[in-house]
Amino acid sequence: MTLVEFIVFAPLLAVLAILFGSPARATAIVAAVANLAAAGLMTLRFPVEVESKGQVIFASSRNLLASPNLNLAFGLDGISLVLVILTVLVTLAAVWASPAEGRIKGNVKLYYSSSLLIASGALGAFCATDLFFFYAFHELALIPTFLMIGIFGSGENRKRTAWTITIFLGVGSLILLAGLIALLVETGGKSFAFADLYAVGDKIPADAQKNIYLILLIGFGILVSLFPFHSWAPPAYAQAPTPVAMLHAGVLKKFGLYGLIRVAMPLLPEGAAHWQTLLLVLLLGNILILGLVTIAQRRLDTLLGYSSVMHMGYVFLGIASGNTIGLHGAVLLMFAHGISIALLFALAGAVRERMGTLDMDELGGGLAKKAPALGLLFGFAAFASIGLPGFANFAAEVMVFFGSFQPILETKKLGALQWAGILSLWGVVISAVYMLRAYRKIFKGPLTDKDAKAGIADLTLTERAPALLLIVALMAVGFVPGLLLKYLTPTLEAIAMSLKG
Amino acid sequence: MDVNTIAWLILLLPLASAAVILLGTKKSAGISALISTGSVIATLVLSFLLLAQPDTAAAKPLQWLSLGDFEVTIGLKLDSLAQGMMIIVTGIGTLVHVFSLGYMHDDAGKARFFAGLSQFMFSMTGIVLADNFAMMFIFWELVGVSSYILIGHWYDKDSAADAAKKAFLVNRIGDFGFMIGILLVWVLTGSIYFDEIAKAIGGVQNANLLNAAVLLVFCGAVGKSAQLPLHVWLPDAMEGPTPVSALIHAATMVAAGVYMLARVSFLVGAAEMAADTIAIIGGATALLAALMATQQNDIKRVLAYSTLSQLGYMIMAQGLHDGSDAGMFHLYTHAWFKALLFLGSGAVIFACHHEQDIWKMGGLRQKMPITFWTFLIGTAALIAVPGTSGFWSKEAILEAAWHDHNYLVWGLGIAVAFLTPFYMTRLFVVAFLGKPRTKDADHAHEVSPIMWVPLAILAVMAVISAYITGPLEAKGHVAFHMSLTAILSLAGLVVGVLAGWKLYAGCDRDPVNIKLFANKFYLDELYLGIVRLFQDFVGMTFDAVDRYLIEPITVRLPALAAMSSGYVLRLLQVGNLQAYGFLFGLGAVVLIWLIVF
Repeated sequence: MTLVEFIVFAPLLAVLAILFGSPARATAIVAAVANLAAAGLMTLRFPVEVESKGQVIFASSRNLLASPNLNLAFGLDGISLVLVILTVLVTLAAVWASPAEGRIKGNVKLYYSSSLLIASGALGAFCATDLFFFYAFHELALIPTFLMIGIFGSGENRKRTAWTITIFLGVGSLILLAGLIALLVETGGKSFAFADLYAVGDKIPADAQKNIYLILLIGFGILVSLFPFHSWAPPAYAQAPTPVAMLHAGVLKKFGLYGLIRVAMPLLPEGAAHWQTLLLVLLLGNILILGLVTIAQRRLDTLLGYSSVMHMGYVFLGIASGNTIGLHGAVLLMFAHGISIALLFALAGAVRERMGTLDMDELGGGLAKKAPALGLLFGFAAFASIGLPGFANFAAEVMVFFGSFQPILETKKLGALQWAGILSLWGVVISAVYMLRAYRKIFKGPLTDKDAKAGIADLTLTERAPALLLIVALMAVGFVPGLLLKYLTPTLEAIAMSLKG
Repeated sequence: MDVNTIAWLILLLPLASAAVILLGTKKSAGISALISTGSVIATLVLSFLLLAQPDTAAAKPLQWLSLGDFEVTIGLKLDSLAQGMMIIVTGIGTLVHVFSLGYMHDDAGKARFFAGLSQFMFSMTGIVLADNFAMMFIFWELVGVSSYILIGHWYDKDSAADAAKKAFLVNRIGDFGFMIGILLVWVLTGSIYFDEIAKAIGGVQNANLLNAAVLLVFCGAVGKSAQLPLHVWLPDAMEGPTPVSALIHAATMVAAGVYMLARVSFLVGAAEMAADTIAIIGGATALLAALMATQQNDIKRVLAYSTLSQLGYMIMAQGLHDGSDAGMFHLYTHAWFKALLFLGSGAVIFACHHEQDIWKMGGLRQKMPITFWTFLIGTAALIAVPGTSGFWSKEAILEAAWHDHNYLVWGLGIAVAFLTPFYMTRLFVVAFLGKPRTKDADHAHEVSPIMWVPLAILAVMAVISAYITGPLEAKGHVAFHMSLTAILSLAGLVVGVLAGWKLYAGCDRDPVNIKLFANKFYLDELYLGIVRLFQDFVGMTFDAVDRYLIEPITVRLPALAAMSSGYVLRLLQVGNLQAYGFLFGLGAVVLIWLIVF
């Protein structure tokens, strides 16, 4: 068994153990810690010089079917490695955070098993080097997501929300499936393996590239809540139990972006170039229109849901620029956003646990007086999410913006990409408006309803641990972005080369 | 110590101090305050050591981002401009820290306050020593957040919490332009490093794009140095503790915009149209802020508007041919006397039990003699009494405007020279002279030495700083020529002081009532309206569109279509998500199987 196989299957083993009576919370935390250790080991052993695209480290392959040639194949390139690190960090924080939530609704086993299943599915999808399992693992992760929202969600409408997201992401997955099948047909259909696809990928005719890329863009786009396919996300995150909001918004949603960079762009470069303008228009919808919608939110949970959707626009901008700087920015932002949104959902969960609501008018103000540690950590999270230097988010966003201007270093003429970059920058103001407004409304100002808040306790040391873990990760990468960038460069340079043609 | 050690220690000591307080000593306020004060004194000493370095000095850079050709380093530029600015920042920083030991002695958030000051010192040092635009932007954002933290120090006050938020957001608007400007400069010159940009600037062909780039870079200065139309955050920032106002919102951070323009003066000089705009915006800010200052009643707000006005002078100078040096000269002298005035107002506020309305003061001359005399010296420097440092640097700016034949800007500057003595005389007469108008003022007594010693040192500097410019010698020096400018500004001094004296001596309430000035030209209300429009109206419209149009189309339609097909309908009737999921996975496998083979 390789380290990669271990990391994918450890959560599944933990689920089995829980089903057979092992204490759920402890088992989940042990599995998450084991995965964190394994990911650390992989990072240490990961060679920085990976030669060309398609080359993966820690490769393993188990033949399941001779014909067609179906292999349970795993391996890591730089992008996968960064996303694996993201996943194990968020998983640990997610199973650690809000222990009360699972207890209240009963069925602690299901609560932790589902979280672990989501983690396992996400890890499988990021590590698979085979198109079939790339897709199947993501589906595996979606099922517990739906379940958890339906069963453990907050709010009256949780059943309806669960159905909405199920059908919506189901449709998205089917469109994606259609695109992937078309891709397989074009590449000869003999093999699901990424390496084989890359080997024949250059030969796909331009027309087919355009058509398939559009299907994949919509399919992946729905999963990433690309405007206007985003409506499922904010209510789902608002009503999801804390670990699911953390894992889906933080980790699983990155699957669509990963798919675009890992599968669609290298195999369909002409399609990517052809649909660049469309993508620019849609991502501006994410940043500007949904940014303003975020400002209008009155509840912290929907606000975070919309903000998470909004920030996807910046990742898409990095993808649309298609050059080395922009792609590095995009992947680093996937990491940074994943950590910071998980952190925000964890802290929002702590607020909800204490106050019973996340409606900002009902919350009143001055919570920082009663819970200074919670206030301080929320402040860190808020400033990370609005891209303050020192956090990974800033480094990533800076690269995305420089990436959007890099193509005109020679011509010095502003084009669509640069205008999109300029307009997107306004989103930096928008996100500061809504985050600081929420922070101000909930934590600052005089303490309202003194009696009602008399019993409010600050975060205990145990409760601070997951937040601190995520903040340390954000700041480490923010101070030294090279920690992660060095693993990405070989892979992303190859992709940028293939896009240049 | 070699230059690398000195420079990196200057940058990192305050960061270490902030980190130690946050992670360790925040429970013991006294120790935290000493750590923070110790770190700033150490950086002051190190800054003096830096003066021995030649103008070309630089410290070994540290790599932050590196992707092929694109590289961002944290590199420290130690030329005379940076050396001079470091003396201002650490010198005033030291005095403000010491003053705060007294002023914040009983504050519940003392440790947090000193951690914030240290974090500010770190961020400000980063701006001063930056050798490239990206690094400057990084620290630009960081001073923004230090300012946010310190303005909102008393965060359980609504006004303080709102002011902090407003300051950060208005600055973000400026930074939006700043970042685009940096990107355009990068596109035009191929570099973000000041030295390389300076070399490449001559070869830039596209004048329009260059003008746009410089104006956008200037947006950053408009935000940070609170110029029109983004000046609205600075008066509100007075909600912060007074030592913060002195250090950040008078002497150093708000001058960062001026410093940045001086740092890239070659860039401004290459863009004619942009330079003219900069000069006009600076001049207009100087005049409008001076008019607003004439009708304010809060001692700190009068000083805040006067800061805006003086910053307008400095910005104006940056847009003039050969004016950048005069602007830096004024930055240097202004830092001392404005810090003095703010700390003096802090001593008054402290003595009057946190009363800030000048009409509730009066008669402080006898109660607080040291504060009285030092405040008088600071006022003299601000209104440019000949011989004080403020006189020399203001003359330099006005002369530069005259020699540039930029008579519009020159006229604005002269008008301000009449207004400044007027509103400062009003402030001084009302607050310090006459009889005490309230019990608080009557019971006021002189502050302790830990607070008045910094005042005394600053008072000395308010007079002599123009004569000891040190590393900034090339930027400005004491020189007087009889000219129209000199005559008019001296006339302004005499007329302003006499008018202020005549109108306000012995008054118990304001005999003048100009609503337009008192209400700051209603600009805050206008902006609030615009914000309301965007935040509430546009945001809610989009929200409704999202909820009632996009969601039904994208969610309900597919759902309906899916449900009408019997396959999904049956699953729905099973009513079990697990069953659906299982069948979905199975279906996917079968589908691939059928199509591919």
